[in-house]
Amino acid sequence: MMSLLEVKDLQVRVEDREILHGLSLTVNPGEVHAIMGPNGSGKSTLSHVIAGKPGYEVTGGEILFKGEDLLEMAPDERAAKGVFLAFQYPVEIPGVATMNFLRTALNAQRKARGESEYSTPDFLKKVREVAKSLNIPQDMLRRGVNVGFSGGEKKRNEILQMALFEPSLCILDEMDSGLDIDALRIAADGVNALRSPDRAMVVITHYQRLLNYIVPDFVHVMSRGKVVKSGGKDLALELEASGYAQFEDAA
Amino acid sequence: MPAVQETVERVRRIDVDQYRYGFETLIESDKAPKGLTEDTVRFISAKKNEPAWMLEWRLEAFRRWLTMTEPQWARVHYPKIDYQDLYYYAAPKPKKQVGSLDEIDPEILKTYEKLGIPLREVEVLEGVVRPEGERKIAVDAVFDSVSVATTFQKELKQAGVIFMPISEAIREHPELVKKYLGSVVPTSDNFFATLNSAVFSDGSFVYVPPGVRCPMELSTYFRINERNTGQFERTLIIADKGSYVSYLEGCTAPQRDENQLHAAVVELVALDDAEIKYSTVQNWYPGNSEGVGGIYNFVTKRGDCRGNNSKISWTQVETGSAITWKYPSCILRGDNSRGEFYSIAISNGHQQVDSGTKMIHLGKNTTSRIISKGIAAGVSQNTYRGLVTAHRKATGARNYTACDSLLIGDKCGAHTVPYVEAKNSSATFEHEATTSKISEDVLFYCVQRGLSQEEAVGLVVNGFVKDVLQQLPMEFAVEAQKLISISLEGSVG
Ligand SMILES: Nc1ncnc2c1ncn2[C@@H]1O[C@H](COP(=O)(O)OP(=O)(O)OP(=O)(O)O)[C@@H](O)[C@H]1O
Ligand SMILES: [Mg+2]
Repeated sequence: MMSLLEVKDLQVRVEDREILHGLSLTVNPGEVHAIMGPNGSGKSTLSHVIAGKPGYEVTGGEILFKGEDLLEMAPDERAAKGVFLAFQYPVEIPGVATMNFLRTALNAQRKARGESEYSTPDFLKKVREVAKSLNIPQDMLRRGVNVGFSGGEKKRNEILQMALFEPSLCILDEMDSGLDIDALRIAADGVNALRSPDRAMVVITHYQRLLNYIVPDFVHVMSRGKVVKSGGKDLALELEASGYAQFEDAA
Repeated sequence: MPAVQETVERVRRIDVDQYRYGFETLIESDKAPKGLTEDTVRFISAKKNEPAWMLEWRLEAFRRWLTMTEPQWARVHYPKIDYQDLYYYAAPKPKKQVGSLDEIDPEILKTYEKLGIPLREVEVLEGVVRPEGERKIAVDAVFDSVSVATTFQKELKQAGVIFMPISEAIREHPELVKKYLGSVVPTSDNFFATLNSAVFSDGSFVYVPPGVRCPMELSTYFRINERNTGQFERTLIIADKGSYVSYLEGCTAPQRDENQLHAAVVELVALDDAEIKYSTVQNWYPGNSEGVGGIYNFVTKRGDCRGNNSKISWTQVETGSAITWKYPSCILRGDNSRGEFYSIAISNGHQQVDSGTKMIHLGKNTTSRIISKGIAAGVSQNTYRGLVTAHRKATGARNYTACDSLLIGDKCGAHTVPYVEAKNSSATFEHEATTSKISEDVLFYCVQRGLSQEEAVGLVVNGFVKDVLQQLPMEFAVEAQKLISISLEGSVG
């Protein structure tokens, strides 16, 4: 079986400073991977490079997505092929109604894949269903994208988009930060509902608590730009008890 | 947002340098000899069969113009214009006397078809592609210097609305023209307005009688076709007591290497309880990517809220021209009168825009509102210049101004130059201004969700200008939205 995502010996620089020093990670369809690690260890950097954010220079290694060279693709092409990144800090887009944004983006992706655009009624029906399951009120969808949304609302809006676009790789960068306990459960339920044999998730978090809700198949510890240890879900419990200090030297 | 989708497709089909309206129409034309003398003025007046008083009016303006110098205060730079090296009048040479639309040169009709202007009433009425509930628009089309067709005459006549080329109005309604022409923008007003007063060739005239709500949107479409021709339209709109009219103005020009001069004058008069809404979508050729060619647009637009409780609202979307020098203004003379200015000014490539408004509060409890959105890309310069004054008798005057600028890239500039003068302690003026760069993070967010870079910029910019777009009549808003994306193409890497 072909891996969904293969990151091999990835080296990345930002403004002449190397941040990822030979990182490798393999993700197969249906799997949920958790990535943990101290602040500044390069977790968000990894997610940005996979999604194709400008400003990062890949100096070594490769990333294959469904066997194709991901680094050769423009970021919108990656999105259309099924790479989704739920941002740690979702941005605000004033004056652009959320509903409009969702439709524009969804149709752009569908078009890039050679699929027909959604009709308005079909689209509305779909959004309403998903929004309801995530406890997102309709009036939020009429507001500008993330404008005046609370931290929790912004995160739920990310999950909403993930559910709508049905990507095959979901990278969730600290989706639990800023969520209260009820919001966390709702968001996690939303993510769990999307688990499927042909979709994989990479969940970046600092807290084992999230992993009680979204139970991972694998846990990786990142430190100083590398994966320094990988294991099963118990590794997260171990980290919770002993912290990252034991891995600092390994990096 | 389907309009954005459509825009993007269109943008894909054209390259950076291609101006969509840059075609030329091959028709014979009737030109005044090159240069500007008293004889040129007489020539134009004679061509129009004007009465003696009109010729006198023009000559007076011409003599005054000779004593004036070109204004230098705007933040625009251009080589000296040789006023003797221009043609001041060009009319498409009629094959015979034009009596109805059918007799108009088919080449001209074709041009308007290309521009998407519904000149043929039949087509508009039969509505081949007519979405449900689409409003009717009467069009007066100005081709170079001459008004070629005015549609929907009959229906307007029934409502008592006069909508015709100003050259006709001078002959048919001299009392109205005499009373109002130059009453808002006097012949001595400024260099370009004075020039216009001397040589204006045509334009639109509108009179809406008391208590009448004009049954349709009125529209003028300007097109500059002839080489080396200045276009000097003159528009005069009078809304009599308690009346309402909405007027739309659209502009295009063919693509040329040399610069073309455009110096129009628009005068609006609103009497007691009347309202005029004037919307412009200006899409003139901006010059190529090296900054060669393009229209020099030096325009004087002014509205006079002459009556109590009157209202004048300017909405403009400026995307074209090499140079824009334009300040649609309101004189708030009547008590409780209201002036509004909503503007989107986009500059890309080498364009220079110096635009804004003046709100002159003279009457009591007058209010004004200014919402300006400037967007600069490429190596363009975009200046908002605004003046708000309250006369000492203008008790209770209120103004709210918000100027926002958005920069795309780091080689362009946005400038805000607000002047405020309150000679009256009860005046309340509020001013807010912001300048921001289009954020890389916002663009990446959109792109991560599947939008192309161009689509992302279009979306963000359309969000930025939304408050102003909402002021435009529906059909125009859609067109404007497309234009905005088109004019920003190639602005991001
Ligand atoms: N644009 C940039 N310019 C300079 N340094 C950067 C840039 N982006 C990231 N870095 C640096 O790279 C390192 C890794 O950052 P990254 O955001 O990937 O960490 P992280 O693991 O996501 O941390 P956190 O847990 O706090 O979110 C940090 O030291 C950060 O300062
Ligand atoms: Mg991070």
